[in-house]
Amino acid sequence: MKHLLSTHDLDVPTVAAIMNVADHMSEINARSVPKVPALLGRTVASVFFEDSTRTRVSFETAAKRLSADTMSFSASTSSVNKGESIRDTIETLSAIGVDAFVVRHASSGVPVSVTEWTDASVVNAGDGWHQHPTQALLDAYTITRELGTGNTLAGVRVAIVGDIMHSRVARSNIDLFARLGARVTLVAPGMLLPAGLAGPGITVTDALDDVLPDVEVLYMLRVQRERMDAGLLPVGGEYSARFGLDERRARMLSGDAIVMHPGPMNRGIEMVMDPAELPGSRILAQVRNGVSVRMAVLFRLLGDGQLGA
Amino acid sequence: MTDNWEHDSGEATAERAGHAVTKKNGATTGGRSIVIKGGTVVNRGGAARADVLVVDGLVSAVGEDLTGDEILDAAGCHVSSGFVDLHAHLREPGREEAETITTGTRAAALGGYTAVVAMPNTEPAQDCPEVVAFVKARAAEAGWCDVHPAGCITVGRLGKVLAAFETLASVGVRIFTDDGNGVQDPLIMRRALEYSRHLGITLAQHCEVARLTEGAVMHEGQCCSAMGVPGWPAIAEELMLHRDIELVRLTGAPMHFLHLSTAGSVDLVRRAKADGLPVTAEVAPHHLALTDELLRGFDPVFKVNPPLRTAADIAALRAGLLDGTIDAVATDHAPHAHHTKQMPLDSAPPGMLGLETALGVVLTAVSPDPVRVVETMSWNPARIAGIGAEHGRPVARGEPANLAVWDSSRVWTVDRASLASKSRNTPFHGMELRGRNVHTLLRGRVTVRDGIAQESGDARSIGSGGGR
Repeated sequence: MKHLLSTHDLDVPTVAAIMNVADHMSEINARSVPKVPALLGRTVASVFFEDSTRTRVSFETAAKRLSADTMSFSASTSSVNKGESIRDTIETLSAIGVDAFVVRHASSGVPVSVTEWTDASVVNAGDGWHQHPTQALLDAYTITRELGTGNTLAGVRVAIVGDIMHSRVARSNIDLFARLGARVTLVAPGMLLPAGLAGPGITVTDALDDVLPDVEVLYMLRVQRERMDAGLLPVGGEYSARFGLDERRARMLSGDAIVMHPGPMNRGIEMVMDPAELPGSRILAQVRNGVSVRMAVLFRLLGDGQLGA
Repeated sequence: MTDNWEHDSGEATAERAGHAVTKKNGATTGGRSIVIKGGTVVNRGGAARADVLVVDGLVSAVGEDLTGDEILDAAGCHVSSGFVDLHAHLREPGREEAETITTGTRAAALGGYTAVVAMPNTEPAQDCPEVVAFVKARAAEAGWCDVHPAGCITVGRLGKVLAAFETLASVGVRIFTDDGNGVQDPLIMRRALEYSRHLGITLAQHCEVARLTEGAVMHEGQCCSAMGVPGWPAIAEELMLHRDIELVRLTGAPMHFLHLSTAGSVDLVRRAKADGLPVTAEVAPHHLALTDELLRGFDPVFKVNPPLRTAADIAALRAGLLDGTIDAVATDHAPHAHHTKQMPLDSAPPGMLGLETALGVVLTAVSPDPVRVVETMSWNPARIAGIGAEHGRPVARGEPANLAVWDSSRVWTVDRASLASKSRNTPFHGMELRGRNVHTLLRGRVTVRDGIAQESGDARSIGSGGGR
């Protein structure tokens, strides 16, 4: 595997292998000195054309714990705002010397194009509404480890709730979860649900309450406030009333169901209650696992198979 | 009106080429005759083996074993009236880094075209006689093919104030469109139709309800859903088409519909024609051959407006073209500078080259029937463009020698680097096409010979024939 651009790049055995390596990484991360020399001398450049604190920090932490050198580039501090093209940026950084680019961009497909302008590996850290494959990996990893299902999601009942239309997390997770065997239910109002997503293992509804008692995983998506300004959502609190997670709905979940969210949460929109009061919340576990999974991905792309510790 | 411009064009071309000039039809003189030898002549009655003798810009004989001073080998080729493109973006004035009138019309000549309608979304727009005159003058200087500038329906293509139709018509403009923008306001469109009705002009609509396509990148469907980009729904085209068909019914003014792309649009036009409404329609070659699946790699070279759609739409468009619902194949030739097509898919401009590949695409993807090809690429578009006196004529004695000689069995692989356009954004790069233009004659002057542009047409042209 040279690049990780999309969950479609990942077959099931590869996902299992990454999960196994992520277990090793979790063990490393629990050490008093959470660092191994696996990627010593390698350079990982995080190139973020769109603001992101969490994903960027997660990737950079992952690279540093593997002893890679890191290079950090963001649009706000770069010459992209002065008309330099993405291609120029990538070619320039490549000339400096980069082994892997971690790329985020507000436009779908940019990481795909980047692969044509560099010999380095490219990891998609989120592109437009398209894909966020490491998020899908860390979410699948979190579910398997929380539910104890090994490296599979066979038969696991997952509901993904909210703004499917504008969500790269949804597109990645739907694909990966379904291919790992999950039974995925998409819960969204019609205008936030693109056509043609239903398929094997994937059903669609707009009745959240009907779904809640049966799910093992409730995955809440972020709904951006600007969608309301764009006239995509009904007036007032109707979206939250129909699709938000409040105390009443939390009580409808089965006792061992887990609740996940890719962050950052919009409190008062999709997350009406305080998630700290949700016993099933695994939101911080997702963040922790994110580092381990991204270490596993970088190691798979750049490593020589030896963790070195 | 149009005739004045034809005369001017022909004279300017002939004078620079060093020939004497006839005042009658603007053709070159000097008595040198050309025989197009060994081809199959395509006329409405069918295709028949014959030589074609061209003298003084006119077809002077069609028959067996003709002789002349110069021979153009047409063995294995069809000989027809030159193609007429209803829809080309030549980019000059304003976007000369993407195309100029010279490079665009040379590409047209190589594709077998003898006339193109130049879309008005230039900068400044072709909404006033001055810009129209500029485009005509540049085209006449270049001499590759006749250029008929389309006027705008509204000033600046902004959809607010009607352009001066009569003023533009008086300098020869026959087609009016805000192409690139649909006229959104139904009241403006109604008034435009009412006002145009007795001026002998045709309004051409780019059917797109803009509110339904804000930010749209590609056809709204399964592929678009998976790729996570904003979709361009078929209904955005069909709603405006339906509205305008009803406005044609109300006003009685003729109307032409640009680059239709959906199965639903074909049905709407079919029904409108069955009702006897004066509507015509065109389809672009890429919409007859390519689907939205090509966007999966996020390459903006496949981004076009309206977007590439589905196999079902392609099937309906082909059927519509073959049964006469759709009158014409029009290229929507839309050059874009290389760097703009390297932007992210959502910000790259839409548009594709088309002039040099249209014939091959039609022959390969739609029909090898030469009569249907010439009908949809020459006769019908010439009529719609209002230039049927000069172009799209029968290949017969006394007719203007605006001719294309093309080999419908020539298999070739499209190479963007060897196209004549100044830009490289062909979606057909690397694809194999069957059928290619070989020779082109404009008023008896050979503009393309053996697939090579004949630079004598323009002493100021850059580069060598066939290449950049």
